[in-house]
Parts: sequence; C-alpha cells; structure tokens
Amino acid sequence: MSTLAALPGWVLDHHAAVLLALGEHVQLSLAALLAGGGAAVLLGLLGAGRPRLAEATITLAGVLRTLPSLAVLAALLPLLGVGFAPSFVALSILAVPPVLVGLVTGLRLADPAALDAAAGMGMTRTQRLFRVSLPLAAPLLLEGFRTASVQVVSGAALASFIGGGGLGDLVTAGVALLDLPRLLTGAIAIALLALLADLGLGLLARRVAP
Amino acid sequence: MNAAATPMIETERLGKTWPGATRPAVDGVSLRVARGTCCALIGPSGCGKTTLLRMLNRLVEPDTGAIRLDGADALRADPVRLRRGIGYVIQNVGLFPHRDVAANIATVPRLLGWKRARIEARVDAVLSLVGLDPAEYRHRNPRQLSGGQAQRVGVARALAADPPVLLMDEPFGAVDPLQRARLQVELLRLLRELGKTVVIVTHDVEEAVLLGDSVAVMRDGRLVQHAPPAALLAAPADDFVAAFLGADRLLKRLALLPAEAAIADPPPPPDTLSPGTHPPGAHPSGALPIGASLRDALAAMLERDARALPLAGGGVVTLESLFAAARAAPAAGPPDGRPASATPGMAGGAALD
Ligand SMILES: Nc1ncnc2c1ncn2[C@@H]1O[C@H](COP(=O)(O)OP(=O)(O)OP(=O)(O)O)[C@@H](O)[C@H]1O
Ligand SMILES: [Mg+2]
Repeated sequence: MSTLAALPGWVLDHHAAVLLALGEHVQLSLAALLAGGGAAVLLGLLGAGRPRLAEATITLAGVLRTLPSLAVLAALLPLLGVGFAPSFVALSILAVPPVLVGLVTGLRLADPAALDAAAGMGMTRTQRLFRVSLPLAAPLLLEGFRTASVQVVSGAALASFIGGGGLGDLVTAGVALLDLPRLLTGAIAIALLALLADLGLGLLARRVAP
Repeated sequence: MNAAATPMIETERLGKTWPGATRPAVDGVSLRVARGTCCALIGPSGCGKTTLLRMLNRLVEPDTGAIRLDGADALRADPVRLRRGIGYVIQNVGLFPHRDVAANIATVPRLLGWKRARIEARVDAVLSLVGLDPAEYRHRNPRQLSGGQAQRVGVARALAADPPVLLMDEPFGAVDPLQRARLQVELLRLLRELGKTVVIVTHDVEEAVLLGDSVAVMRDGRLVQHAPPAALLAAPADDFVAAFLGADRLLKRLALLPAEAAIADPPPPPDTLSPGTHPPGAHPSGALPIGASLRDALAAMLERDARALPLAGGGVVTLESLFAAARAAPAAGPPDGRPASATPGMAGGAALD
C-alpha cells in the first residue's frame, strides 16, 4: 500500500527518465507496427483474388505466430547486434500475423453479391479491390491492427534485454535494484499504453464498420 | 441494313460448359431481342438462365458461339467498357453496404467520369423514376432499406448511366408477393417509358408474361421456345413447356387479352343480361372498367353468375363472345423480332437515348 501511495511522488521525482522511457517505447512500438503491419497489408493485398496465395500467407502467419519473441531476439543478436535494430525487427515480425489474418479474413468475407455487382457494372480488378473489397474488409483489418498493437506494446518490454530501451528498462532495472516504485511505474505504464492502443483502435474499427 | 431491323441483342449458338460439369450449362442458344423490347427468360432452377444472362455482359466467358449487341461483336469488345454500357441488376441486389444510396447509384457515372453536378442530378432523377423520394432516400445506408426499397435502388443503380440495354436477374426475388406485384407494375411502366432493351430472368410464369414482350423458355441449357406471351400460352412447343406454364395457362392468357377484344357483335338482346347486371349507362358502376382483361371479365361473370357483362367503354361481352375471342387471337407470333403484342410506339431506336 505504502509503495502505491508513494508512486506519484516517485514518478514526479524521476519524470525525465520516465518520459524518456515512454518516448522510446512508443517510438519503437509505432515503428514496428507500421513496418510489420504495412508488410502484412501488402502481402494480404497480393493475395486478394488469388486464393492459393492467400492460403499460403495465412500459413506463413501461423508459423510466425509460433515463434517466441525472446527466441527471435536472441537469434537476431549475432546478425543485428544490440539496440534498436533487432528489437524493431523482432517486434515487426510480431505484428505481421494478426494484421495479415485480419485483412485476409476481411477480404474473404466481403459480400460476394456486392463484388459481383461491382464487376457487372464495369469496375476493373483494382477498382473492385480498393473501392469494394478493402472498405468492406476495413473493420477486420483494424481489429488485426488492434491485436497487433497490444502484442507489440507489451512485447516491446523485452527490448530492454538487448538494449532497445523503452519502459522495459524501468522494469528490469527495478527488478535488479529491488526498486519497487521503479518496477511498478514501468509495468503500469506498459499496461496503460497497451490498454490505450486497444481502446483507440477498437473505437476506430467500430467507426469504419459499414 | 436498317438499324431498327438489327436486333439489339443477338446470340448465336452460344454455349458454356463449366469446368468439371458433365453437360453444358448453356447449350447452343440462339436468341434475338428486338430493340426496345423486353425478353423474359424463364425455366426451372439450374437450367442456365443466370449463366446465359452473364454471358451477355461477359461476366461469364462463353466457350462457343457469338454475341452481337446492336450489331457489334461483343466478344471482341473490352469487357470492362462493355459492362459500363449495360445496366445489370444481380440476383441478390448486391448494394455496396459501405456506401449510401446516392453513392451506390453513382457507381457507373463515376466510372465514366461524369461531372459531379450531373451525377447528383441524375441520382435524384433515377430515384424518382423508381418511386423513391430523393430527399428521403439519397443519404440512407443500404441497411436502412426494406427488401423492396433495396430492389428499387438496385434498379435505379442499373439505370443510372442510361444504358440502352438492361439485364435483370430475378430483380424481385426477395420481396413479398404484394410488394412484388407493385414492383412489377412499376417496372412495366418504366420499361415502356424508357424504351430500353431488357432481358429479365425469372422463374415466375405470371411475371414473365406480364413483363415480357417475348418470353424465352429454357430447359437444361437449351432454348426450347421463344414467343410473345399470348402465343406461348396458346401454343406451347412441347409437353415440358406446357407443364412449366401450368394447367391454367389458358386462364393466364386471358389476362393478356383486353375485354374490348370480345365485344359481342351483334349485341345480345337485353333480356340475356342476368338480373344481377344492368345495361351500360343505366348503372355504369356495374360495368367492367376500361382496361379490364378477358380474365377480369370471366371473373366478374362467375362472381355475378351472369353470362353477359357490359363494358364501361361501351359494348357487351358474353360468355360466347369471350370464348370466340380467346380462339381467334393469333395462335403463334414470330419466334423473335418484334412481337405482335408490343405497342408500335415503342418500335425502333427512336425511344432510345
Ligand atoms: N460459377 C459456376 N461454377 C460452376 N458451375 C456453375 C457456376 N454457376 C452456375 N453453375 C452451374 O450451371 C448450371 C446453371 O446454373 P444457373 O445459375 O445458370 O441456373 P439458373 O437457371 O440461373 O438457376 P436459378 O433459377 O436457380 O437461379 C447449374 O448446374 C449450376 O450448378
Ligand atoms: Mg439464376
């Protein structure tokens, strides 16, 4: 109890360090979400109208999903060293499966009657994809981003192990120094950030639903 | 060759076998639809109606045969451009759920690069055309429409760019019988007004004979008969067509003939009019209204237990004159080209714009 009560005071005293860690964390998460999510969107669009390719990308997503993030980080160490780069790559990989599955599922579930009408009215393949399929898949795509953002924000805590910075630094240092307020600040901030991403993207997904 | 004589739609031995199928879905169909007329395509489920219709706008590529639209080889045209010139109402309406009614209707005009003001004016015009108040429906979401309203919007969307040819696949499939009857009557009025060339798929015989200037009957991928509705009902080509039209086909045919066609000449002596009816002029309310069909006349005779009925427009129909008129009507018309039943005012390309 007393630790919790002391928490605001601790944060105020160390606000520079907390803000720095928070900034790093957000930066790393956003970069990974954009890179991994972007790659997933490209893959998903490539698979649109090509059922076999779509199937293959879903399989790939399944494989990526089984990879433990810590193992990826370890595997990347000899290749990319320590710091931002390996953390960024590992988190990007983490972001791919949910976004890919969301997009491919959304495209697959897009109303076939609407697509048929679109073809019948003389839309080209590309026009059908961008004017009909994609808008209809948007809610599930955003759901995918929502899941990915939660995973990336919590996963980014691990970056601390290989010098990637972020709020994970507060947690690891808190554990090492037995500094409970430091540890709790890091943990709570990560949880709040994940919650915020979840809520924000959830709202967005609901807004684009047709 | 004169333009009015060229059929707007003409297929020649058109065939399509789906991959893996043991027999063709469409088998050597040669169909001609005259400019400004409506051809109703009927037949049992799975006989190939939709496949045939979708070959006309190249959504399905035929394996064999030829398609000419307004004399031009449709199989050599660019399918995307071809489709923008053909209105299409699909079997399941298929409105875009993420776009409002106006945007749905604007689809083809947008693809054609129309100016915004022109599109907006056109959206309002076609909404009014299908009986929906633009102010109320323009910005509705498709989810906020009833089945019948959605069908109307589907028709409006197909009419938006004013295509000379309209393909409709069971446009009234998903509405209740009452709505359906209203939509049919309105569509009929609309088609007469606009002079479009139409192919409409249905498996409802009543709908086919009501809407079609000609009716094409399909069975197992083949076209078994193509004739004006009255001729079809009077003389089915074989037992299958007769069975498909129903045992009451001659009764259905009476609905197509105007009561005026059976005015008794000379008129029967006044005493043959039963006590339930009255001579015209004396009680005009007892007379058959103008525009009534022979079926209405027969129904009224049964209802009033009378063998003769006055018409509001003058003259008297008797049971005998009704039978004579039913016999005298032409038994068979031209299998294609301008059907005898179409009004001459709609002939030629003059009605097209
Ligand atoms: N895309 C397709 N792939 C394979 N077979 C098809 C396809 N579309 C239709 N068929 C087959 O072709 C035949 C004709 O189908 P079609 O849809 O043209 O019939 P229809 O007369 O429109 O039937 P309905 O009245 O039930 O709509 C059927 O045997 C159907 O299974
Ligand atoms: Mg069909």
